[in-house]
Order: sequence, then C-alpha cells, then structure tokens
Amino acid sequence: MRQIKWERVVAILLLAPSVLATAIFVYGFIGFTGYVSLSKWTNLLPDFTLVGLSNYQRLFANQRFQIDLRNTVSFTLLFLLLCLVVGFLLAFLIDQRIRAEGIFRSIYLFPMAISFIVTGVVWRWLLTPGSPEMGATGVNLLFEKVGLGFLKWGWFTDPVVWHIPPDSAVGQFLEQIGLGFLASPMIGISAGVVALVLAAAWQMSGYTMAMYLAGLRGISDELREAARVDGASELQIMFRIILPLLRPITLSAIIILGHISLKIYDLVVAMTGPGIGFSTDVPAYFMWDTTFRGNNFARGSAIAVVLLVMVAVLIVPYLVWSTRSEAEL
Amino acid sequence: MTSQSSEMRGGTTYVPRWRRALLYLTLIAFAVAYLIPVYLLIITGMKSFTEVSLQTMWDLPSGIHFDSFTKAWFGSKQEGFQGLGGNFLNSVYLAIPATILSALLGSINGYILSKWKFRGADLLFTLLLFGMFIPYQSILIPLVQVMSRIPWFGGNLYSTIPGLIFVHVIYGIPITTLIFRNYYAAIPTELVEASRIDGASIFGVYRYILFPLSIPGFVVVMIWQFTSIWNDFLFAVTITNNPDVQPITVGLNNLAGSYIVEWNVQMAGALMAALPTLLVYIVLGRFFMRGLLAGSLKG
Repeated sequence: MRQIKWERVVAILLLAPSVLATAIFVYGFIGFTGYVSLSKWTNLLPDFTLVGLSNYQRLFANQRFQIDLRNTVSFTLLFLLLCLVVGFLLAFLIDQRIRAEGIFRSIYLFPMAISFIVTGVVWRWLLTPGSPEMGATGVNLLFEKVGLGFLKWGWFTDPVVWHIPPDSAVGQFLEQIGLGFLASPMIGISAGVVALVLAAAWQMSGYTMAMYLAGLRGISDELREAARVDGASELQIMFRIILPLLRPITLSAIIILGHISLKIYDLVVAMTGPGIGFSTDVPAYFMWDTTFRGNNFARGSAIAVVLLVMVAVLIVPYLVWSTRSEAEL
Repeated sequence: MTSQSSEMRGGTTYVPRWRRALLYLTLIAFAVAYLIPVYLLIITGMKSFTEVSLQTMWDLPSGIHFDSFTKAWFGSKQEGFQGLGGNFLNSVYLAIPATILSALLGSINGYILSKWKFRGADLLFTLLLFGMFIPYQSILIPLVQVMSRIPWFGGNLYSTIPGLIFVHVIYGIPITTLIFRNYYAAIPTELVEASRIDGASIFGVYRYILFPLSIPGFVVVMIWQFTSIWNDFLFAVTITNNPDVQPITVGLNNLAGSYIVEWNVQMAGALMAALPTLLVYIVLGRFFMRGLLAGSLKG
C-alpha cells in the first residue's frame, strides 16, 4: 500500500503503547522474576543478593514440590485423555445428522462460559462424600439412590495414591531391571487429582467437541463415499481417513488444554485446596502460597520460572509452526 | 452453518433403527451428566432454609424460595459475613470498562499490523502473542510491586478497580490484537487502496472503512474479553486485598470457604457469579462459538 511518511510515523506511534506495555509487563517482568529466583529475597524485605541456582536446587529437593510435579503431570495426562476422548465421541455423534443438534451442542459447551471458581464450588458440593454417621452426600448419595452404592468413595478427601506396589510382581521386575523408582508413590495418581480432572473435563470437554466438530464438518462427504465405494468398512474409514485428517486439530487441542492444565490454579483453590498430604496441590498453588502468604519471594519466583519453562516447551514450537504455516498460505 | 450442512449431507445411507436409538440415548445420557451440576445448583439455591438437609439434597424444592439469594446478596450481620452484592457490582464496574478499552486497543493494533505493515511487523506480532500463553505466576511478583508504585488519586493503583482494569487491558493485548488482525486481514486491501486514492488518511481509512466493517469483530472480542475478565480469579485475588473492591470470583471463593455459610447460600452465590456470562452465552452463543474458534490459539 502507498504510504506517506508522516503516516508511517503515526502507525508506529499508535502501536507503541502496546509494544511498550508488552516489553515491560511481559518480557521485563519475566526477567525480573527470573532475577528474583536467583536472589536471597526470602522474607518481606527485598534482598537482591545473587545466590546462583541454589533456590532451584532446594526447590527440586522439596518434597511438596516433587508431589506437585507428580500431580501436574498426572492431572495433565488424565485431563487430556478424557477431554480428547469425550470431545471426539460427542463431535462424532453430533455429526450423524441428528435432530436438535443446536440444543445438544449448547448443553455440552455451556460450562465453558462459567468460571473455574463456580465450577469448583459446585463440584466440591457434588463430590463431598459424607460420613458414616451423617450418611452419604452428593454423588455418593445419588449412587446409593439408584442402587450403585458400591461406587461410593471418598473422592478428593481420600488421600490414597495409586501406584505400582514395590512388592508386587511388576514392582519386583522393575526393581530387577533397575527401574525400581517407577514403583513408588511419587510416580502415581492421587484420588484427589482424579476428582479435579472430573470437574475440569466437565468444563473443557465441550471445547474439544467444538473443535473436532468443526474439523469433521470440513471433511467432504465425497471422500467418505469414495472410500465406501472402494469397499472400505466404517471402521477403516474412521482409522484410515477421518482420524489422520483430524490430526492437526488433536495437536491444537493438546496444546491449548495442556497449557491450561499446567497453569491450573483457580479450580484447586475453590474445590479442594492443597489436600491431605498435598494430594491435590499443584505448582501454581504452591507458588501463590509461598509467595503471598509465606513471603518467600525467591522460592515463589523459582516455581514461576519452572512453570514458564514447562509452558514454553509446549507453546513455542507450536507458535513457530502456526506462524510459519500461516506464512505459507 | 450447522443445520444447513447437515441437511445438505442428504441421508442416502440406510441406518438401522436400533442404531439411531442408541445414538440418541448416548447423546441424552451425556446431556444429563453435563446438566447434573446445574440441576443441583438451581434446586439448592431455591430451597428455603428449613428444607436444606443433606439427605434430601437431590430432591426438588417445595416451591421457589428466594431466601438464599437475598442472603447471598446482602449477607448476614448476625452470622457475620458480607454478601456478594458489592462484589457483583465491582465485577460490573471492572468488566465493562476493561472490555471496551481492550477491544478498542486490540482493534487499533490489528489495523496497524494488518494494513500498515512495516519491516518486522510479523515478528513483533509473534512477540506480542507470546504474552497470552505465559503462566501469569511468572509476572505476579513484579506486577504487585509496580502497581503499588503507580500513583493514583493520592494513593496507588494496588487494590483498586482501575488498577485491575489496567491489568486486564494490558494482558488482553495479545488475544484482542490476534482476533482483530485476523479479522482485518480478511478485508480486501483494494477497499483500503480505493479510499486512499480518494484522499483518506490513516485515520480516515480506519474511521470510514474498517471501523464500520468491524462490528462483528468487536462483538467476538468483547464477548471473549468480558467472559475472561468476569471469570478471572488470579489477578483479582493478587491485586486486591480489600473486600470492598474485590470482584465476585474472590467474594464467592471467600463465601464458599467459610464454614458458617449454608450450602444453599453458597449455591445461590455461585449462580449469581455464573449468571452474567451464562446469559451472554445463551443470547450471543453463535458469536461465542466464533470467538472460541478464532481464539483457538488461546485457552
């Protein structure tokens, strides 16, 4: 486009506030946090003396943080699995030329509009197990009423951690091949995390459904018809044609849901708190706790930097890939 | 997009009746499961105080009672807790100006980055985008420090609603810029060129060509921003420590964390906190979908 010189200056001036704000509030602040994570600022009085990586060393040796990492990894894997499977199933069913499609879509999608705080408050009420003296409550009571009482359990109040028992056959075998560390509670899933995943997937699976539905609608019917004419079974069409074509959508969904789940904080605050023995604690919760309640700013910054690195590992390749594929268009 | 394309599909393949039945049964079972929390929310909120007991928590209320809503809104002096009414209004005063401001800012950024490209504009855009993925924990500590140093009417921006507006506008830059840039990129440059030949300046092109065309873009961005600002908890709980300025998410979390507040009051409060964004979703659902897919880069 023909551009006059003063207008080019104006264009840059119009963009300047946003660029400046991003430079300070995103990049500058990240730099500051990184600096604090290397400092001695462990109480209310700022102390910027550099101490190298010792805050990180102590953090990774901290048992609470180790449990947090286990919880984040198990939460992310379960959450992704549930959202992708349920989201795809719902999208596939809705794509079968059904009646009242709009109503079903809206029902599956509406939890997205609600805050994690509301979700947490409601799901805490739903999954409060009750007690033997007072009787069952919430979902447990519902199970009792429909004759599925054996499904009752403690949900997020149960401190159990499922893992491979070290004295089991599998545990013994792992021990022999030098992978004994896999059979420990540090590689496992806590019951509380499962409860959190249920609530989070209730909120976010509709989003995956919407993405997959848009993808399915983009696959032409001629393609499926052609495959049928060539004698492909419905299963073959699904696994050989539809799922491979939806791979970019699965990738996007993994990136988006993955970075949400690494950062999950609000839901934990409203629904469970850190839990018994930190069974539902996550790094984001530990960070807020240690920084703004415990005034250990150096440790809080170190956790924040670890979080940032985890998210960046997920996001940066995706950002580069998506801007490059945009340039090719 | 939906009903039309499904009709166009044309039902040529025969599907046995039992499979259709199974299909609908599955869809309905999922729908019921998704609606269970809402059912519980509504019936518990509508029960009177005498009806609330753990044994009957799944039963319908005897009638429609608004006691819990009044108590959740106004609070209770005897029991010593503040209602959510003030927090609700704080959220309104926060979300509306912050939404409008960040939409305007995003629109200008999107205009420059799509129609006034300069060398390095694309790189700058990618650098701007990064801000929407970062875990905000990585900027909270300096943010609190800076907010308490920016002067504001004799005090500072920390723990004020304008302070929160400021924060949401800044961290809204990436997503609003992204949506507007993509929106304006789809508007033909010939249109802009034509008005340039007619003598329109950089402001004229925006004022008379792009802005009038961008109403749908504004709707999408404003729905997105309103929803995320209304639902935000992390910034609110970090930047505001005074109950008089805290938004509804923080108020609700405090209410729910208190052991003296009955379940039906908590549920009524949760319903109040969810209502504005749910209404937006019900009334403008189509745009909400479009916003979701446009912002599918973001979570």
